[in-house]
Amino acid sequence: MMRVKPLLRYKSSLVGVGILCILIAVSIYTVLTIPFEEAARLWRAGEQTWLDNPRNALPAWVNLFSSTKLPSTLVFDTQKPGPEVIKVSVRAGENIKISRVEIRFRYDYDDFPSEVNLFLKSSYNTSPPQLTINWVKPDGTHIDLKKTTISRDDRFYISADTALSTELNKIIERKLNRQPPYIIPTTTILLGVEDESILNPSTVKVLKGEYKLLIEGLLFEPNADFDAKLVVYGKVYGWAGTDHLRRDIGIALLWGTPVALLFGVSAAFSIALIQMSIGAVSAWFRGPVDMAMQRVTEIFLVLPFLPVLIMVSTLYKVNIWVILLIVILLSSFGPGVKNYRALFLQLRESPYIEAARSYGAGDFRILVLHLIPRVLPTMIPSVVLSAADFVFLEAALAILGIGDPITPTWGKVIEDAFYAGALFKGQYYWVLIPSALLASTSISFALIGFALDKIFNPRLKEI
Amino acid sequence: MKSIRPIIFLGKRALVLALTVVVAVYVTIYVANMGGYVDEIVKGEALLRVSQEVRANPANRALNETQVRNLIEQLYQNELKRLGFDQPFIVRSFNYLRDALSLELGRSLFISSDSGSRSVRVIIMERLPNTVLLFTTTQLILFFLGLFTGLFLSRRYGSRIDKIMTLLTPMSSLPGWFYGLFLILIFASVLRVLPYGGMVDVPPPTDRFEYALSVLRHMILPILSWLTAYFFISTYTRRTFFLIFSSEDYVEVAKAKGLPEPLIRRRYILRPTLPPIITDLSLTLLASWTGAIITETVFNWPGVGSLFYVASVTFDTPVLVGLVVIYAYLLAITVFVLELVYAILDPRVRTGVMAG
Repeated sequence: MMRVKPLLRYKSSLVGVGILCILIAVSIYTVLTIPFEEAARLWRAGEQTWLDNPRNALPAWVNLFSSTKLPSTLVFDTQKPGPEVIKVSVRAGENIKISRVEIRFRYDYDDFPSEVNLFLKSSYNTSPPQLTINWVKPDGTHIDLKKTTISRDDRFYISADTALSTELNKIIERKLNRQPPYIIPTTTILLGVEDESILNPSTVKVLKGEYKLLIEGLLFEPNADFDAKLVVYGKVYGWAGTDHLRRDIGIALLWGTPVALLFGVSAAFSIALIQMSIGAVSAWFRGPVDMAMQRVTEIFLVLPFLPVLIMVSTLYKVNIWVILLIVILLSSFGPGVKNYRALFLQLRESPYIEAARSYGAGDFRILVLHLIPRVLPTMIPSVVLSAADFVFLEAALAILGIGDPITPTWGKVIEDAFYAGALFKGQYYWVLIPSALLASTSISFALIGFALDKIFNPRLKEI
Repeated sequence: MKSIRPIIFLGKRALVLALTVVVAVYVTIYVANMGGYVDEIVKGEALLRVSQEVRANPANRALNETQVRNLIEQLYQNELKRLGFDQPFIVRSFNYLRDALSLELGRSLFISSDSGSRSVRVIIMERLPNTVLLFTTTQLILFFLGLFTGLFLSRRYGSRIDKIMTLLTPMSSLPGWFYGLFLILIFASVLRVLPYGGMVDVPPPTDRFEYALSVLRHMILPILSWLTAYFFISTYTRRTFFLIFSSEDYVEVAKAKGLPEPLIRRRYILRPTLPPIITDLSLTLLASWTGAIITETVFNWPGVGSLFYVASVTFDTPVLVGLVVIYAYLLAITVFVLELVYAILDPRVRTGVMAG
């Protein structure tokens, strides 16, 4: 451990140490700010929790690299009144009340929203409120969206309403005296410039300016009331975007960091330690002990590692730490045992061991105090290098769909993306960000590992 | 005396290897049955099948509920007897072992071959050529590319190209399937020049030549992904290996004697490094036919790897055991042949000095 300093002398390992430090910092931040239960709950929650998020949104930073600014999500709620949300109620008779809601907002993005939804809540005893919903564009165009009575918990999927879509397309056809060559999406009609350009999907333009959503509610009971929440879903969200279930991918990626590091490092270290101990015992005692251990190693050579792992995790739906344990158990008698054994066979003949034996040191003492400490530093490079493999093993298991069903991990995000056909649909961010994290983790381990190899095995440094 | 020694040595090795195979196959049978748990799955399936058959049969309409139950129970017991499940698992596991070792691979539980057969042998033989075509080719390319580049670099040790290659070695810390994702993204998704996966176009071309061409096109990305992943590490390993061997004392002596460079390379560097290289090649080629589970899944390649995967998630024990027993036999035979060859070639082994 005293030899950490030379590690900083190699430029490549400096990069590796840098990346690893960032990853560790992210892990600590994540563990401290988002408790695991919270992350798991959020990740497994239904669409209800994520209702205000856009579907398959790109990460917000793509706007930095593009001249067309993609919209963020805008949420307006009458339960949280502000300068943009005004609600006025007027009595219009003994039992009748009129409530007016006006939501004003500026829309200055270069692209259309992905969806527009209106969530309505109302309280009444017997007669539900009647709402008239209008949309006003910056140029003053009025669009009648709906006239309806609402239930206590109602939704109006404005952009997905087919009846509304047909209606709006007819209006455009009448206005421009031409039949649109395609079904113009509702979002385009609601926020687009209504001229010739709207007739071609490649020329449509956003009408920038102040929009208004007007809701006039007729309430038939003195205590009746309603609330409205308008969500104009954007096309970008957070630093990692969202998936097909509107979940914030960032949460899974953040939690994936400590999981990946812990999984990789603990698997690599415990496997190397166990293999080394087996090798040491095998080489020290020789004879039947050695014979038995060598045969067991050969048996494990035949046993298919991944299929057994897949079977066990399919059967028991185990969590990631049990998978880790199985990985360690299955690798304990791996091919590494043979290498360590060869190393110890050489060492056991060295003079200092003979000296220890001559003063009467016991087997255990020689093994633990003299043999193992001697080999420990030489195994560190390969341990660090193999940590990268185990990070990927976890990802691979997740991609095969047999990883931990609860813990959000990088591999799981990639699996979701694959399953949802992200590569076919061009949603590259969904695969690229977790992949970049996986790659940088593994490369940082590799860079450090190679540098350590040069430091601990000076013979390599010479050549 | 001298001539008997190696024979005794090899005989012992053969015995030990055979024993190892037997134990390894038994352990596999035990593990693949999850210590008898798979029985429960199979029994459950059998009960379900029998009761569905009985209840769906119009001839049994007249029977009342108890009679139906009795009939189901009776048929179920017959079915268990047919499957050989009337004996305890431990007894059966040894029957399985005997069958497996005599390569009576039997019938699969769930998987069927493309031709509809349930015979494990047919299922495996159907997948084997696909995997050999892809992964044995890949491994051969990787092996020779790594060998020659490594040798080349070890002679130009410290040159710029050597430094660049060493610098690129950490690229190999990412597995092949991972590069596969990106290659699919670039060449299939964005550029749309190569297929996403699979082995041949759908529908398969009828023309033989076009068929081969289509298969080749599907092989490009998987091979490329493995080359990207493993070329640098295999080159680096070979380079270091040759460097260590070329700094041996006897090489220095040969140099001091003024022997020509090509002769030194051939006789003093390549010849002593040949045995480990040959061992490496034969074991890699042997392992290549078990395919690569994840790469085959990513590229949707219908090989042994994906068979392994499907067999594991469906607990199709006979298929798993069949795959493992073939591998175990081939491995044991390869190891034995290698030892035999070395015993013939290496004078130290020949006299039994190394026997231990």
